Amino acid sequence: MTTRMRLWAVHVMLLVYAVLALAPVLLIAMNSFKSRKGIFRDPLALPTGETFSTVGYERVFANSDLWLWFANSLVVTVVTLAAVVVFGTMAAWALAAYRFRGRLVVGLFLALGIMVPIRLGTVAILDLMTSLGLTNTLAALILVYIAQGLPVAVFIFSEFMAQVPRDLADAARCDGVPEFRIYAHIVLPLIRPAIATVAIFVMVPIWNDLWFPLILAPGEGTRTITLGVQQFIGQYVTDWSAVLAALTLAVVPILVLYLALSRMMVRGLTEGALR
Amino acid sequence: MTRTRTRDGVHPGWITLTAFLAPAALIYGVFSVYPLARTIAFSFYRPQEGGAAQFAGLANFVTLFADPYWSEGFFNALWNNLIFFAVHMAVQNPVGIALAALLAVPGLKGRSLYRTTLFLPTMLSVVIVGFIWQLVLSPLWGVGEELMTAVGLGSWFAPWLGEESSALVTLSLISVWQFVGIPMLLVHVALLNIPRDLIDAARVDGAGAFGVFRHVQLPLVMPTVGLVSILTFIGNFNAFDLIYAVKGALAGPNFSTDILGTYFYRTFFGYQLQSGNAEMGATVATVMFLIILAGVMIYLFFMQKRMLRAI
Repeated sequence: MTTRMRLWAVHVMLLVYAVLALAPVLLIAMNSFKSRKGIFRDPLALPTGETFSTVGYERVFANSDLWLWFANSLVVTVVTLAAVVVFGTMAAWALAAYRFRGRLVVGLFLALGIMVPIRLGTVAILDLMTSLGLTNTLAALILVYIAQGLPVAVFIFSEFMAQVPRDLADAARCDGVPEFRIYAHIVLPLIRPAIATVAIFVMVPIWNDLWFPLILAPGEGTRTITLGVQQFIGQYVTDWSAVLAALTLAVVPILVLYLALSRMMVRGLTEGALR
Repeated sequence: MTRTRTRDGVHPGWITLTAFLAPAALIYGVFSVYPLARTIAFSFYRPQEGGAAQFAGLANFVTLFADPYWSEGFFNALWNNLIFFAVHMAVQNPVGIALAALLAVPGLKGRSLYRTTLFLPTMLSVVIVGFIWQLVLSPLWGVGEELMTAVGLGSWFAPWLGEESSALVTLSLISVWQFVGIPMLLVHVALLNIPRDLIDAARVDGAGAFGVFRHVQLPLVMPTVGLVSILTFIGNFNAFDLIYAVKGALAGPNFSTDILGTYFYRTFFGYQLQSGNAEMGATVATVMFLIILAGVMIYLFFMQKRMLRAI
């Protein structure tokens, strides 16, 4: 087989799988722009002048608090990410740069969280949140998600920080620069690519999570988008236009984030962590 | 400043050190480690009539394993979870490795576009993926049937998600469809890190493309496959969202898709007429913790052996 033919075969196989990966999502998005008749008569056809309709979207916006759910999810993920990046880089720097007694213990303590899913502590987490008066608040979700995100973040940041040349920090120390400034002004700017990697690994599971919103904050006012859409679909099962529109709307934000960060994520993976 | 230098590194002084480590350690300790420890502790207690819970030793575990009211549901969920995991191992890893190998073919154009596309489902919410496939496979809508008819397999179509015999495997495959991106991407990265010389040397020795993959690349990415396997194991044994979104808390039909995550949820929160039970919920969570711990131990045992051999 010539190289050319082999490359063609590879393209064909990858294309077939790409269709398998994309088709279900595209099918949903395409049909969300059709009338009920169009959805059922010919599901595989693009919307035409006759079948085009945005009635599903109108119904989602009229009958749900989509914007509120979206805002809740945004607050939870952004605040969590900010805290994870700040606290995570601080801890990772301490573990990577300093030699002190108990370093291994602290490292293993944090590594435990990578192996053991935080969900298993749910019974006590709910108990704790109830006694703190935090049930049905976004704060409850944020605190749990920070705790969930930190171990992975510290792990990824440490990998990157191990590559920061030692002389850089040492030179600053010779000039009498305080440790915190070394971290904030020398180290942080150098590990910026790691932040994109962490952003994906921390934000996506939080944005997509159903478990903790369902248990800690199921109230109307604190629903995240994943929980909100799940409940909405449960309620409007028979309204196909609305269901398809709700699903499409739920995919859009994560799609935008992914397309914005995917290049950096792969670079982060190839150059730093998990190598 | 109390920072000191020793031969093996810098010590910034305990105050600075604490300032760096405390925020992360505190939040993680209070909202992750402490609840986990407390959940395990809960599993040794039993609520008393109108009073504080009382220490009950292993009684909750005996109930879970031996009282048919609990054990039937528990062992059913455990067995289903094993099938769920087995399908992932049997399908997700080989497909992921194959895609990674295809993506690594030298001279391939559009590599990053393929990579971005193939990884896309992994980024979506499990809940959304569950609903999407529920619609695609719905006999009411008929898309799945129509597509299968188009390729001549129309008579094979069945309402897979609705039948007791096929619902669990169908859900497992939906999950595989979503998460195949993880082995693909990680193995792809591992393949990129293999030194070019090694592959060239095998080529010079007369190995074909497949021979190089089979005898040089595949053995070198096995540690990554091991990593993916343990990540899949951990993910599968606390999965919940997909089953709950598609089948609800009762994991029907007739509990045929019930896995430990959904069983835990029902035990802890209750459903329909049965009220929730925090101590039994904690007991189920503790067993799930032990299962995951056992998996991690086995993984570390084999990895350590590997590492020792490498030295």
